[in-house]
Formats: sequence, C-alpha cells, structure tokens
Amino acid sequence: MKPFDYQRATDADSAISLVSGDPEARYIGGGTNLVDHMKLGIAEPGKLVDITRLPYDSVESLPDGRVRIGATVRNSDLAAEPVIRQRYPVLAQALLSGASGQLRNLATTGGNLLQRTRCSYFQDVTTPCNKREPGSGCSALEGWNRHHAVLGASERCVATHPSDMAVALAALDADVLVEGPDGQRTVPVTELHRLPGDEPERDTVLRHGELVTAVELPSLPFASRSRYRKVRDRASFAFALVSVAAAVELVEGTITDVRIALGGLAHKPWRATEAERVLRGAPATEETFRAAADAELAAARTLRDNEFKVPMTRNTLASVLRELTRQEGS
Amino acid sequence: MTGATRATSPGPERIEGHAKVTGTARYAFEHPVADPLYLHPLRATIARGRVTSVDTTAAERVDGVRLVLTHHNAEALVPIGDPELAVLQSDEIAFRGQLIGAVVAETQESAAHAADLVEIRYERMAHDSDFRDDADIVYTPDADASPMLSPDLEEGDVDAALADAAFTVDATYTTPTEHHNPLEPHAVIAAWDDDGLTLHDSNQGSHLVRDLIAPLFGVDKERVSVISPHVGGAFGSKGMPHGHVALTALAARHTAGRPVKYALSRTQMFELVGYRPPTRQRVRLGADREGRLVATEHDSLEQTSRFKQYAEQSASASREMYTSPNRRVTNRLAALDVPAPTWMRAPGEAGGMYALESAMDELAVSAGIDPVELRLRNEPEVAPVSGLPFSSRNLPACLREGAERFGWHERDPRPGVRREGDWLVGTGVAASSFPSLFFPGSLATIRHESGGKYRVEIGAVDIGTGSRTALTQLAAEALEVPVEAVELWLGSTEQPHASLAGGSAGTASWGSTVVEAVRAFRTEHGHDPVSGAETTAGAGKNPDAGEYAMHSYGAQFAEVRVNADTGEVRVPRMLGVFAAGRIVNPRTARSQFLGGMTMGISMALHEHSVVDERFGHVVNHDLAGYHIAGNADVGSVEVDWIDEHDPHVNPVGVKGIGEIGIVGTAAAIGNAAHHATGVRVRDLPLTPEKFLR
Amino acid sequence: MDSEITLWVDGRRETLSVDTRTTLLDALRERLGVTSPKKGCDHGQCGACTVLLDGRRATSCLTFAVANDESEVVTAEGLAEGDEPHPVQRALLENDGFQCGYCTPGQVCSAVGMLDEVKSGWPSYVTEDLDESVELDEDEIRERMSGNLCRCGAYANIVTAIREAAE
Repeated sequence: MKPFDYQRATDADSAISLVSGDPEARYIGGGTNLVDHMKLGIAEPGKLVDITRLPYDSVESLPDGRVRIGATVRNSDLAAEPVIRQRYPVLAQALLSGASGQLRNLATTGGNLLQRTRCSYFQDVTTPCNKREPGSGCSALEGWNRHHAVLGASERCVATHPSDMAVALAALDADVLVEGPDGQRTVPVTELHRLPGDEPERDTVLRHGELVTAVELPSLPFASRSRYRKVRDRASFAFALVSVAAAVELVEGTITDVRIALGGLAHKPWRATEAERVLRGAPATEETFRAAADAELAAARTLRDNEFKVPMTRNTLASVLRELTRQEGS
Repeated sequence: MTGATRATSPGPERIEGHAKVTGTARYAFEHPVADPLYLHPLRATIARGRVTSVDTTAAERVDGVRLVLTHHNAEALVPIGDPELAVLQSDEIAFRGQLIGAVVAETQESAAHAADLVEIRYERMAHDSDFRDDADIVYTPDADASPMLSPDLEEGDVDAALADAAFTVDATYTTPTEHHNPLEPHAVIAAWDDDGLTLHDSNQGSHLVRDLIAPLFGVDKERVSVISPHVGGAFGSKGMPHGHVALTALAARHTAGRPVKYALSRTQMFELVGYRPPTRQRVRLGADREGRLVATEHDSLEQTSRFKQYAEQSASASREMYTSPNRRVTNRLAALDVPAPTWMRAPGEAGGMYALESAMDELAVSAGIDPVELRLRNEPEVAPVSGLPFSSRNLPACLREGAERFGWHERDPRPGVRREGDWLVGTGVAASSFPSLFFPGSLATIRHESGGKYRVEIGAVDIGTGSRTALTQLAAEALEVPVEAVELWLGSTEQPHASLAGGSAGTASWGSTVVEAVRAFRTEHGHDPVSGAETTAGAGKNPDAGEYAMHSYGAQFAEVRVNADTGEVRVPRMLGVFAAGRIVNPRTARSQFLGGMTMGISMALHEHSVVDERFGHVVNHDLAGYHIAGNADVGSVEVDWIDEHDPHVNPVGVKGIGEIGIVGTAAAIGNAAHHATGVRVRDLPLTPEKFLR
Repeated sequence: MDSEITLWVDGRRETLSVDTRTTLLDALRERLGVTSPKKGCDHGQCGACTVLLDGRRATSCLTFAVANDESEVVTAEGLAEGDEPHPVQRALLENDGFQCGYCTPGQVCSAVGMLDEVKSGWPSYVTEDLDESVELDEDEIRERMSGNLCRCGAYANIVTAIREAAE
C-alpha cells in the first residue's frame, strides 16, 4: 500500500473541494471495501477524506411520504430502523443478507452503493482485468466465471455488482442525492450504476469529487409487502449467486402493480422491467410468474460456469412471487 | 434439538482455556520480541520459467527498508532433499506464487509497499496445471512414496466376479483441491544470535522443524530452538515446515540479530503451505443377491507436483473396509506445474471413503437393501488383505447404535418423495474408518518438584486438539495424583523430543510416552520421591504391532434438505457414533469428533479451490471465495461413542480421534441428498446448481 | 505519513503516532502489544479481529487506526475482569466452544456485541416477522454469528454456549 494523506472532513463543502481538487483523493466512509482494495493494490489513493462525521447519519420520514436515508447511516442501523422494517421490508432484508454483523456495523449506505465487483480477477493484480487496467483483457470471459453476469455484459467485462442493498433500492425506485463541485443533482438508483460496455472501469455515472449524501425512497405503500431472497453457496455470509427483490400489489388475485430487481446477474442491480410488464394486470398464477421470468431472462447470455443462473433466477423469482401473492391474498 | 450433546461426565475443561477465551494465549507472531523487523515476500507471477532480472532500486529507497533478498544475495543452503525449503537457491520457477525473494523493513506497511516496487522480469516457459487423466502426466508412484502401503493391490479375479454379480455399481467420483485454512495463518519469528537460531513458529511439531531447519543452515540441532506453545489450527498444513520458515530464517541472517517476523497472508496460504490434491476415483462394486460383495475395485488418480512429489493414496480406503473375495486397488498420480500438495485431515481416507461410501449407497439402492444392513452384511471377521485379527472393530455397534438414535428404522428408502414446504428432505448414512497409528521416538521427563507436585515435560504440541489437557490427565492418572498436582510443559524444543501432531497419533504416542516415563520414574524413585527427583524415558515398541489390524471406526448419519426451487443444500442434523478405544477427556474428545464432522460438512457443501489452468493458480484464494462452513451451515451435530477397551493398540488404549470425524461425512451427506432429491451427485462439493432442475 | 491518535483500549488511554496505512488491528497488535484480537484474513472475511468499537462489534482489520482517533476499543481480554471471565467466556469454557482458540476472542466480542443488538431489538435475515420483537433461538444465533469463522468446527458448542450465556 502506498503512503497516503488522511483528512477528516468537517463539512460537505470542504470535503468536496478536498477531493475534487485532487485526482488522487478519495472519500472514505466505513472503509470495508476501500481499505480492502488498498490492501489488494487495486486502489492507490494519495489522499483519503473521511466523511463519516458529516451530518448524514440519520433516517428521516419526509412530509410527502418519502424517506431520506443519510449516506453515512450504517447498514446495521438502517436495517433496524422501524420505518424501514415496516414500510420497506425488502430493504431491511437485503441489508441483513449482506456481509456479517460486524461489517454491517461499519459499512455505510453510500459506501454500500459504491462497492465494486468481487470478480476474482479484478481483485488479483497479477491477472489481466479491463476494469482494473483498461485494455489488459478480461480474464473471466474464458476463465472461472461462475459468479459472473448473464445480463447486460460486454466482451470487455462480465463482472457483477455485489451489493444486496442496491438491488432492493433499485426495486424501490430510490433516488440517490449527490453533491459535487458543480452543485447538487439527483440520480435514480437504477441509473447510478452503468453497464460495462466499452468502459468497464467506470462502475457508476458519478464524476470525480461527487459525494453521495443521501438516498431517498418513494412512498410506495405496497412496498410493505415486499421481500428479498438471496441464493448463495453458504447459508450466510456469502455473496449472492442470484437474488430477487420484489414488491407486489395484489387486488383480488390480480397483480395491479409490481417492482422487481435482480442481483448477481449483471454489472448493476438489474431492474426487471420485462418481468414487471408481464406481471402488471395479470393473474397471480405460477404460469404468469414463469412467463415473467422467461421474458426477463430471454436476453440472458451465459458463460462456461454460470448457465445455472438462468434456471436459478427463474425458480427464485417464481418462488418469491408465489410467497408475496400468497401473503397478500391471505 | 440443541447443538452437540453433552457427556454425563464431561472431563476437565481445557487447561489453557482462560488464556484462549481472553485472547492472551500467545501464538507465534505474538511473542514479544525486541526491535523486530517485518518481512514481506516476493512471489512468482508465472507458473514456470525463470527470473531473468530483479530491479530493487525503488524498493530500497523506501523509508525503513533494511533488506531486499533475492536469489542473487541469498546465502547457499545445504541441500537436504526438500525442494520447498530450498528457497532462493536459483532463478528457477516451478509454480505460480513460489517464493522468489523478500523485503525486510521496519514496519509491515513499508515492507509491503516496497515489495510492490520490486520489478521482476521473467522468461516464461509453457506450463501444465490442468488436472486430468492423460498418459503424458500420469504415473505410478514408487512403493516407497508412502511408507505404509504399496500403491496397487490385486486379489482374485475382479472382472470375472463383476460379470457374474447380481448387482453392480460402476461410478466415478471427483473431489476438488481443498485448502486447510487454519484460522491462524502460518507465522514465524526468526532471530539469530551467538547461540544460534530461535524460531517462534506455528507448527505441528517443534522438534521436526528443528531437525529440518538446523541441517538446512548447516548448524547443530542444539543451536536451533523452536517455540510453539499455542498453534491456531493446522490440519496437516503445519506438519512439515514450508518455505516461509527457511525464507524468514535466511532473511534474519542479514539483520544483525534483530528478529524478523513473517505471517503469511491468507492468499499466500493457497500456494505456499500445501493442500489436499484433487482426485478422480472410479469405484466398481459387485454383490450377490444378498448384498455380499463379490468384487471391489477402486482406482484413484490424484494430483501431485513436478516440483515435489506427494503421493496420496485415496483408493487404499478400500483395502480393509469390507470383506470381498476379489479386490483391485490402484493409485496413480498426475504431475503438474503446481505447488506441492500435502497431508490434510485424513489424507487419503477423506476422499477415498467419500467414493467408497457413496458407491456402497448406490449398491444399496440398486440391490434394494437398507444401507445400514448392507454394511453389516459385509463386515469382515479378520482384516482383509493382511488376514490379521482386528485389535478391536466395533463398526457394527456404531451402525446399530447410530441407527437407533437417529430414528433410521422409520426411514422410507424411496428417494425424492419427502417434502416440507420448499424443501426436499432425505437421510443418509456412511461408515468411517481411520488407522490407529503410533509414532515412536518420543521422550518425556517426569520431575517431582516438591510437596507432591510434578512437572511433566514433553516436546509435543497442542494445535487445538486438547493434548495439553489429555496428557496432564494421563500423567496425573499414572502418577496417582490429582490433575492439579501436574504441571505439563509442551510446545517447544526446550522439552524432550516428541513426534509431530499428525495421523491422529498424538495422544497415543505422547500419552504412552508419558505413562511409560511415569513407570520408569516410579521404578527409579519409588512412590515417595525426593524433591528434584527426575527421570526421562519413552515408550518402547508395541509387541502387538504387526500382529493386529488397528483402526478406529464410526457411523455417520445425516439429514439433508435441498431447496426445490434453488438447489440450496442444508444439513440440519447429523449424528456420529464412533469406536475409538479409550476416550481420555470426553469434553475435548467430543470437540475433536464434532470438529471433524463439521469440516466434513464443509467438504461436502463448500470447499473447492478453483484452479485456473491458464495461470496455474487458485483464483478463489481468500475466505470470501473459498468457503469454509460458517455457523449457519451447521445445524445440530450429535456425537457419541461406544465404550471400547482395546488392550493391543498402545499402553493407554487410545486409538486416535483427530481425523475420523471427517471420514464418511461427505458421503453421508451426499447419500442423504440423493435420498432427498433422487439426484446422485458424484462431484464434490454439493453446490446448488447440481440439484437445480 | 504519520498521525498522532488517542485510543481507549480495554479502559487504558493510549496515545501513539501511527502510519496512516496502519489498520486498527495492526495498531493494537504491533504497536500496543494488544494481541487478543487476531489476524486471520486481514480482509473482513473471517471475523477473528472482531472487537467492540465504541460499544459495537466491528472488524478491526478493515478500518485505519487514524480514522478511529478518540475511539473506545474493548477486546476479549478487556471483557474479563482479571481471572473472572465474562459470562460468554465462562459458557465457552464449559461447553468447550473452541479448540485452537485463534477465532475465539473474535467470537467472544462478536457474541457480546450480538447479544446487545438483540437487546436493542435488531432483526436478522432469519427473523420471520420484522415487526415483532426478536426471540433468540438457535437459528438466530447461527445467522448472527456467521461472520466469525471457526475452522476447528466448534459451531455447535459455540451456539450452545451463547444460548446459555444469554439466559
């Protein structure tokens, strides 16, 4: 690890100017991903600006029904927050399925969103990786790719996004509040992360110096009936093979509204718009669920080791929808 | 149901327990030493070839760097026949990740940073790291590759017997590369002074480390001290000293007496300290109408390294397990440009019994015979092959007792017919066996301090097995004094020579030594010894060695649930019943069985070091990529044992319990998964996609 | 680059100058000689380095010491009152919830932190109803303790011990 300067930010403006004025500077929150990357030699910042003491550590219910989550709220605190547990169980479950208790106590909302892929080749500086070193090649494409993308990948990169929380936020149509040297902007979480395309080194649409300050959840009353289901190799403390975040509104056996996002399948949390389109207005039957999954997965392109993700996603999505519609109907 | 069951008379708590639960027990890297320096290794990033140039300029400029060591400036070591220890002796690279240098600096941070700045150039040569059955790489190991067994065995006419058999199984099972991953990484602190070399080291036998490192540096053994009071798990990976010990001692030659500290990173442990080699095993079984085996064939192919041969013999699991008039066993190796494999908990038995006990289940299914009953029908009266009587063999009792306690008799044998919610439910059984070994050559010192207090010294090691506690108990019993009157010293070359902790032979070998030393002490000093009376003695040869076949046995039962939608596999319940001779301390012995079974669950469900043959290394080389079972993966695990008095194995009647717990577990779980789903997976680990439909 | 920080470690005030690259774990172990928290993986994947950081369980390997100026650290050593073990430690001793002992201090801190989380009503991934209060059954303990790997395989005994300590 190369030597670096450390500064603790006292307010957002100084934090932003410290980072935006220095191409080698990075924000650090809980550190659970960045410290890891610095040890691995993937990230070599010359300066760290610690943002954990900025005033972004609360969860507020806004008068219009939205909920604003500060960027430095710890994952464990967010999952325990009553308003999240009651109104957005999918988010609480997603958070609780991630990492371990001692990591969730450190990890922040903003940091969780911006965590980088767990692709083994990305994390190993001795192997080629276009994301880490543009133009060096993708080792996963013809290598061990069991955990890799089946949707939206490119010839340059087949990595997946590892966050659980972000999958739930994608399903909930959350917005990300960003402040930068040029002022504030709002980015829908579904547009925060990029597909790899020709620039896999860029995970998100954020520009250098931009700081995530909060995430806002829309009111979305039917999200109180929502669920996050994570399929993984260990019963706990493992990244998703596939995951499903879903919320369903059911009226007399018909799905009147639905939100679905999928994890472990793509370079970003995958909002399943095709599946939603099939489900909206359709009867809550096994046939509909399967048709919805098939519609979403029609575009899937599998690699040597990850063919299983297609049937696994289909079955898991059907299982979650079955459970949510059974719950709603009873 | 609660976790592990508890014995009625639990035995003393671990003697070092308080130090361990508070974290004050000192492991190798934690010994306070004055003014230490830190080592960070340089490692090859190609799988075969040679180093053509090393530029250390930038590294040497880093603040705090004291030494950059490569094959250019490393001193010559004495060749002792172990390529792993011959570090930095040439420019040759035999596997990816090989140690090719080191940076030594005032802090870990500087050493690691400087190591990143060393520029190394290579000449690459073609390498082969692809484990497969191919005549180019496959050979038969010499008979002396394994001290105990020849690789092949042939009795009767297997092919003819199979042709006539009423029921047959012909199946190929594969097991992957697995890494030990003790929680304490291998670590060493090396310091040279006028008296010689001191090593604070994490190992399975301080005397063995000394006996190899001293000649490597051309010094007398008496000039090397190895200190290892606590070892944070080993499982075979710390059995032999690996290259890091030599490298650190080599670096410490240049530091004017300052100690050099080096703990491997988790990732380095996937290349530098051994692993369980992958296997491909074909098992053919033939049985008559009653399920009696008429033919047993077991052919195993395992990986070894071109750099250093390691000959595991998984097929040998089928030599003595069941009666069978016709038998063929073969063991072959495939040599590749990979790091050297080594012993890992039940080496040979863990993988070999997975194959045999899975095949036995397949035979039970095809013959329509209950799998417990099938095993009982194939119980030998004397040891197959050798014809020796068993010193004791209580496999039938383990199977019957286990079946009773597990509720086996209510089992519907049909596969794939039980469902609870989203989960398909099944149960399975497998037998376990492990040889009872005894390592000669240990010595113990018994000293009467004063007032009935005794000091017992033996250079054994406690790698978590509970040997410190068990040996104290055995010493107290032999001395006929309370446990509190015995102070046991182990874990260092300061104590009399002892064999290494391995082969489940620790308590048998060291315990016998302690008991025989007490007898010698009493002979010499009587029952009212003066203060300071002292005797050093060891155990003699066992007159029954070679006269009896000696093994531990066990029966393992598993309940498995497989998610009908996702294929996820869970093991909510296991029961293991063992027959392993005398159990010295039920509390710690239970943990040995439990730990073995838990590692077996881990082997069954998770463990798989994925080799990318293009690069020649394990790509999932950390604990997020290489899964070992976590707490939520382990449900109720019950452990019990049959009272067994074996007068032949050794003076303490102990058969060894460290490894048998992992033998058979994976087969029991695989068999239960088949019972749950009707899907027979013959390729470990049992990951979800293998059950998806 | 060095920076001066103050840490409260097991009740003692420690002021030291640290390289910004030094993790909290390495500051404790290599600078202060506090070796109760263990280094098992150095990447947050094993839990052996778990301490109570300002009262909450945290992996000390994934946070820089410099970011923890004025923080309070309690290790498994600090949880015991001299020779008197903490109830979680006592229960681990009785149930033989460890073998080699290397993961144990992390298990202890994690369990103590976890029991506090349960007291605060925090749910887990296996909590059926997120609206209800949490009942600490064995599945809850297993899930909540899954960040602490034990290679000796003492999980079943660890679960029993924590259950007893919680009563």
